[in-house]
Amino acid sequence: MSKLNPVNLPGITNKRSGKKTFQKIIRNYDLYIFLLPAVAYIIIFHYVPMYGVQIAFKEFIATKGILGSPWIGGEHFRRFFNSYQFWRLIKNTLGLSVYQLVAGFPLPIILALMLNSVNNNSFKKLVQTTTYAPYFISTVVLVSMMLIFLSPRSGLVNKIIELFGGTAINFMAKPKLFKTLYVLSGIWQNTGWNAIIYVAALSAIDPELHTAAIVDGASRFKRIIYIDLPGIAPTIIILLILNIGHIMSIGFEKVYLMQNDLNITSSEVISTYVYKVGLGGNSLYGLPNYGYSAAVGLFNSVINFAFLLVTNKLSKIFSETSLW
Amino acid sequence: MSDSDRVFNIINNICLGIVFILVVYPIYFIVIASFSDPNYVSQGNVWLVPMGANLEGYKSIFKDPVILTGYKNSIVYTSVGTFINITVTILAGYALSRKDLVGRNAFMFLFTFTMFFSGGLIPTYLVVRKLGLINKIWALVLPNALSVYYLIIARTFFISNIPEELREAAVIDGCTNTRFFVSVVLPLSKAIVSVLSLFYAVVHWNSFFNAMIYIRDEDKYPLQFILRGILLENEMRESMTQTIGDASDIQNKADMIKYGVIIVASLPVLIAYPFAQRYFIKGMMIGSIKG
Repeated sequence: MSKLNPVNLPGITNKRSGKKTFQKIIRNYDLYIFLLPAVAYIIIFHYVPMYGVQIAFKEFIATKGILGSPWIGGEHFRRFFNSYQFWRLIKNTLGLSVYQLVAGFPLPIILALMLNSVNNNSFKKLVQTTTYAPYFISTVVLVSMMLIFLSPRSGLVNKIIELFGGTAINFMAKPKLFKTLYVLSGIWQNTGWNAIIYVAALSAIDPELHTAAIVDGASRFKRIIYIDLPGIAPTIIILLILNIGHIMSIGFEKVYLMQNDLNITSSEVISTYVYKVGLGGNSLYGLPNYGYSAAVGLFNSVINFAFLLVTNKLSKIFSETSLW
Repeated sequence: MSDSDRVFNIINNICLGIVFILVVYPIYFIVIASFSDPNYVSQGNVWLVPMGANLEGYKSIFKDPVILTGYKNSIVYTSVGTFINITVTILAGYALSRKDLVGRNAFMFLFTFTMFFSGGLIPTYLVVRKLGLINKIWALVLPNALSVYYLIIARTFFISNIPEELREAAVIDGCTNTRFFVSVVLPLSKAIVSVLSLFYAVVHWNSFFNAMIYIRDEDKYPLQFILRGILLENEMRESMTQTIGDASDIQNKADMIKYGVIIVASLPVLIAYPFAQRYFIKGMMIGSIKG
């Protein structure tokens, strides 16, 4: 007759815990006030724009606003998929991020392993502190430094080329060199910073593993391969997932600043295109079109999100490490 | 130590030495070039030490009203922006660190979801415009009032640094959440407040994109946006070049100002760097512990 036992009736238990929850909320009312600014911010500047992304499916008319503008279905998307820009943008965006990932991702791991193997502590500290300094240089300054060093007239790199009998190269004007310049400057700026997290992970490895391996006669190099690397593998996988998840979201600022009319064929990526067709007033792409620009942006976000879900799933299957 | 380890160490140290030079030299070069005679620099004669000591570049920079206004604007934007960031982040981070907060997981989802999906440029721009923030300082500080990543770092810090027993004891004494936060949590949070202030301040100081899309008046431009003009588009301010003769001279003079401007713009970060760098590492460490 357990059915009649009032304690087991779901309604009553719910009511009780409901009351308890309510009391908890009342008791902690000030915590919700603490949360208020952050929640207001996230709703206004992140969720309202997500709602506003519906203009991607509308013919945006300024006087009618987002809600009043007429629906046009997938018209903007059709226009984007059929435009001559489409494949070029995909190729440039993917090309740039894959290049960056392949060339840039292993280097912080290698740097961290090298730093971790240094016996002299002050030398280690010196190298570590200086290598992550460039991270704090602004994009504007970084790109200016590139222009200065690569200038065909007075740039240091060209002076060195000339010293060895070569002829000066106008680096920034060559579409073929754009991706390499982008990736190399990124490596210069970010490798030291990205290594910090691996250095931290390495310092958490139990030193007794090393002591035992030394007793067994393992060389320093062997210990890196068999102790250090496996020890930081979960960190590597998490960061790899995050990086692949952002594979289509190449940062706007540096690409935009490095662009010029001569390298545009290989330097136009989705984020710069979204800016130019939406707000840029670039004569190349006609009048600014909010709806079209939002559609291209939405396409990019969806692809990114899909990438993240897939990589996270794959990683869960193969390595039991995942973001959530 | 075995022979193979000794060889390994030597190679390792040489490689790191090369890395060190590759990172430092470009910065060092800009510094010495900014103090050198621009003719020597453009001929490629300046390598290790400044040549033909010259402060003309810096003199022009400090005479330029646009650069000075930009500097002042950037200081204001960075201070106001960082203050807002810290207030929002620390308050929310603390609330989310509390296990007895009803709806904690729902709030966390609300925040973290925005790390992986966003409305995009145009919908955000339309919100800022609708709120009437265009051409106001608020357009530079409100749309990025909070970084979810730093929020998670703050939350992790509170979870691992504010013992639950401390709060329970305070509750028994009749202490409210607000009072506990102000008189116990905040004094214990100096490390996280300084780390996040530095992170946020660098972001504000270095950003130019929001100014490019939201700010219309020249006298409201932040420094980085003005730099973009000077450094990348070669928009030399008239006052700087009017005294110069032939074309290559103008170009050299322009380079000179570029070197100086790079130094001047990076100066606050460069000065703060030696003091702040141990905090940066600390911040990364806190962030790398899973909450």
